[in-house]
Amino acid sequence: MTDRGGVVAAATGVAALTTEEPVGRPTGWWGMVLFVATEATLFACLLGSYFYLRFQFGPQWPPGGVDKPKLLIPLLMTAVLVPSSLPVIWAEHGIRRGRRGRLRAGLAATLVLGLGFLALLAVEYAENLKHFTMTTDVYGSLFYLITGFHGLHVLVGLTMIGWLLAASLRGGSFGSHRHERVRNAAIYWHFVDTVWVAILFTIYLSPRL
Amino acid sequence: MKTTAETTSRPAWRQRRPRSVLPLLYGLLLLAGCSGGSPSALNPAGTGAARVSGLWWLLFWISVAVFAEVMALLAWALVFRRGAARVRHGQPLRFVTIAGAGLPFIILVAVYGVGLRDLAALGASPGRDALTVEVTGHKWWWEVRYAGASGATANEIHIPVGERVRVRLRTDDVLHSFWVPQLMPKTDLIAGETRETWLEARRDGSYRGQCAEYCGTQHAHMAFLVVAEPRADFDAWLARLDAPARAPRTEAERRGQQTFAQGTCAACHTVRGTGVQGRVGPDLSNVGSRWSIGAGAVPNDAGHLGGWIANSQTVKPGNAMPPQPVDAARLPDLITYLRSLE
Amino acid sequence: MSTTTSTAPAVGRDDLARLAEHWAEPRSLRSWFTTVDHKRIGRRYLVTAAFFFVLAGLSALVMRTQLARPESGVVSPQEYNQLFTMHGTAMIFLFATPMLFGFGNFLVPLMIGSRDMAFPRLNAFGYWVFLFAGLFMWASLPFGAAPNNGWFAYAPLNQVQHNPGLHMDVYALGLLFLGISTTSGAINFIVTALKLRAPGMSLNRVPLFVWAIVATAFMVIFALPALNADNAMLFFDRRFGTHFFDPSGGGNVLLWQHLFWIFGHPDVYIIVLPALGIVSAVLPAFTRRGVVAYSLIVLSIVAIAIISFGVWVHHMFATGLPQLSYSFFSAASTVITIPSGIQIFAWLATMLLGRLVSRVPLLFVIGFIVTFVLGGFTGAMFALTAFDQQVTDSYFVVAHFHYVLIGGAVFPMLAGIYYWLPKITGRMYHEGLGRWAFWLAFTGMHVTFFPMHLTGLFGMPRRVYTYRSEPGWDGWNLVSTVGSYLLALGLLLVLVGVVHAVRRGRPAPADPWEGDSLEWSTASPPEPYNFPVIPRVRSLHPTWDARTAESTTTGATADRVLSDGRRTLFTSELDARTERAVAMPEPSYKPLVLAGALLVFFTAMLLAAYPIAVVAVLVVAATIAAWLWPPRRPDEELGVAS
Repeated sequence: MTDRGGVVAAATGVAALTTEEPVGRPTGWWGMVLFVATEATLFACLLGSYFYLRFQFGPQWPPGGVDKPKLLIPLLMTAVLVPSSLPVIWAEHGIRRGRRGRLRAGLAATLVLGLGFLALLAVEYAENLKHFTMTTDVYGSLFYLITGFHGLHVLVGLTMIGWLLAASLRGGSFGSHRHERVRNAAIYWHFVDTVWVAILFTIYLSPRL
Repeated sequence: MKTTAETTSRPAWRQRRPRSVLPLLYGLLLLAGCSGGSPSALNPAGTGAARVSGLWWLLFWISVAVFAEVMALLAWALVFRRGAARVRHGQPLRFVTIAGAGLPFIILVAVYGVGLRDLAALGASPGRDALTVEVTGHKWWWEVRYAGASGATANEIHIPVGERVRVRLRTDDVLHSFWVPQLMPKTDLIAGETRETWLEARRDGSYRGQCAEYCGTQHAHMAFLVVAEPRADFDAWLARLDAPARAPRTEAERRGQQTFAQGTCAACHTVRGTGVQGRVGPDLSNVGSRWSIGAGAVPNDAGHLGGWIANSQTVKPGNAMPPQPVDAARLPDLITYLRSLE
Repeated sequence: MSTTTSTAPAVGRDDLARLAEHWAEPRSLRSWFTTVDHKRIGRRYLVTAAFFFVLAGLSALVMRTQLARPESGVVSPQEYNQLFTMHGTAMIFLFATPMLFGFGNFLVPLMIGSRDMAFPRLNAFGYWVFLFAGLFMWASLPFGAAPNNGWFAYAPLNQVQHNPGLHMDVYALGLLFLGISTTSGAINFIVTALKLRAPGMSLNRVPLFVWAIVATAFMVIFALPALNADNAMLFFDRRFGTHFFDPSGGGNVLLWQHLFWIFGHPDVYIIVLPALGIVSAVLPAFTRRGVVAYSLIVLSIVAIAIISFGVWVHHMFATGLPQLSYSFFSAASTVITIPSGIQIFAWLATMLLGRLVSRVPLLFVIGFIVTFVLGGFTGAMFALTAFDQQVTDSYFVVAHFHYVLIGGAVFPMLAGIYYWLPKITGRMYHEGLGRWAFWLAFTGMHVTFFPMHLTGLFGMPRRVYTYRSEPGWDGWNLVSTVGSYLLALGLLLVLVGVVHAVRRGRPAPADPWEGDSLEWSTASPPEPYNFPVIPRVRSLHPTWDARTAESTTTGATADRVLSDGRRTLFTSELDARTERAVAMPEPSYKPLVLAGALLVFFTAMLLAAYPIAVVAVLVVAATIAAWLWPPRRPDEELGVAS
């Protein structure tokens, strides 16, 4: 992250004391936020397509004798994924104060929760594939494309978390002055979490409304 | 508009058509093309196209006026602001706001109002008991059916002049767009859905239409003709569309019919009343009277018809009809038979 | 008015030597593959985009030759359909946007007084991806497998049952691949413009060109995902049997159009906005004053960027949607012409108040105004649904968008090429050759495309590989073809002019035009570090401003020389106050390796070699992991508590 040492030194100078010190975001933060913005738009397009196709299709949804989605597993998935942001926040706050142990523990906890989510997704797929696949009809296409695409994002997020954990275990990577990568990966992970809530609503809850 | 295509549409003329005149007529058409014979939206013959043509001329003259204004300012700058002109450092925000936003806004609001009125006029569908034409787009031809007739024709739509006719549009495969520039703006044919438009010709004549949505290899050859004729002529034409095809009269025609029914033709084409009921290609029950072969690919005469049967892939590459292994000895009879189907 | 800072007294010879040492990239093969210098990358963007422009232009010439006479057989329908598709796709995706990104890459850091882009390695990566994606798409043409469904590739013709072969797989995968480059470039532009502006360049002093690039980049961020979603669904439909666009499986063909145009209409402005930015950048030097109504122009740039997301349905006015939605989108499409009107009259006012210096860049700006205004009129006509339904998908619309895109994008680009050629190459172009090029291109453009308004009104649909002579379109088509050769000749002269300048041109001074923006206050071509001293910007026209000039000479301070490493300055996002100096990355092979792995991935997907695709994904992941792997630092530097 920032050269806090340099900033502190500069902040004690005469010029700094007489002017307001601007505290801007680093480039990496902006880059990640913009990346997340474009990814969020992509999900918005996919979810928008879901609703478009659904309402163009007609009153019967899901079509062709497929049952309305069951909620037990997806709610479990939610219960696993949404709280997984908490250890990341905890870890990030820890490393901001230079606590490497908290960083490692938090990342590990997130990793476990994220893997749990993917395992549940596999169970969910195994169950659904008995009834319909991606090629059955447009409902199946939407279901598997959207959840699969999100699952891919969870996998990417977990890779980032695992990568951070590896770098952190090596030592010499993060500290109170240098944790920009932790913050950026955390932003991505929170995004993956948030998108899941939108998917839960669209894929699982909206057909019941 | 006095084109030869118009002439070809007259049933009275058709009955005494000398076979050799067609190439000559097309030569004339070629000349006529340069003198306003094109299917021009600026030469409207229908209520819908006339609306849009009026809108066009309004937009055109506004554009001319604004363009003149911009060019005058530009010319002023080029003439008087070169060489030793003294640079002025003002910020004429009022000029920019008024000329760039204020005036255009007023013009655009007015034009938008006119446009809405025309849009509403185009959207006014014909009455419930209006004549309905069912048009189905295929790669690359138009199937045409009428609510009151059992038969089908292809690439040619007859309508009574002066009446608003409903056109119901479907597509059998990909998107197409139904466009008769002189009668009515476009309506797309959407796969999986039905669209409606209407045609209303104010004077009789033949009006060329063409698919306007890219639809694959032979998008270029997917034209059709709308023939607007007096109600009596139209009724007679529609009655023929409801009746069996004309039976063979000469020996040659009979031999041709045999070739047609026993050969590969019957697998794809229909001739009403003969038991030949293929559904892949166009219904040929009145093929002899149509304006073209291959949806505008070539004129409908004996030579082109023979060439089309032998190998239509050289005429309209990619179309669904494979080259036909018709015996050279039998081909003339087959042509004679098909030409007799009016 | 302007000062060349390389001779500035305040920057010692040691400083210059150290800067050169830290920033220099030796002219070696290795450096060719590893460079992260935004100027070299920008030049590559320009040259590569120009190369794709030539290919797409030659496709157009073949098409015009075919259409010169009715029923001619220069090419087969299958070939013609691939040619017009590749022409459109390449012009939009492989020429227009990358060309403007090339200008942006070269100019944005120079205009804002920075030493590089915010993410130099990402920048290099973006270029390699663009190059590979372009080659990926063009390579399909010799195999007869090029996209063949028009550049907007409507469903269901893009489905495998109507369009077998690899054609549309190349399209879907190629655009997804290219999208990575465009997105990374857009993010890079935004962050660069937010964080790397020279101290003092608050938002109200940002050059209009930079505003335009940033607005464009934001549009890319929010528009491109729609295209990516569309193409992903298309690829799944074609390859894995999904039913997104297949009515028989419950899908909907209009979904393709909605998503495509939600991207597609903003994309028109993604192309035009930076080009308008070039006009605003070129005019001050040739009118000897700043562009009138800076704030109104910024406002209209932002307005266009926002409104352009609300007009997409005007591309679907003939699909039979409800009239109410047509009235709304018609109104929005009418309104969006107003910001362009403001800009046109701001430029006219600038010319009316200034003193015109008639050199080639100004000629192209004038050509731009004449042509773009005409394209704007027909554009406003298309906003009216009733008229649109009559002329859409006819040659009238072909005329319209060539007026907009050649008038509104290519002419400004040509103005930009002549204007910045001295800066980019350090050589002056030949004025006479440039004038010939202008008059030929301008005449050729109008002779080619004006008649298309007529053929369109006379009923000629677009995208026909031939036509019969009965409808009477022959004469005007022949005129168009003659015009297209004139246009090609004019463009060839531009190329000759550039080559001549590079080979024979006389050396360019730092500021041959007495321009107003910061790129003219440094050497031509700029040193690898761009500015010996990062200027402190005092006005909207820093190079015309004595106080800004002074900040790089007698007023130079060590915190803006930064010669002790490969460093540049971060400033605050809004008011550009100095935050800190940062180290910039060294040259690296990783961008090339990453782009190469992606090329392998997309090629493997195309050829259905999925195991290879999996391996490529692993290489991609490993490269990114290595790229961003944190360097080992001592604990005291990191600040570790426990």
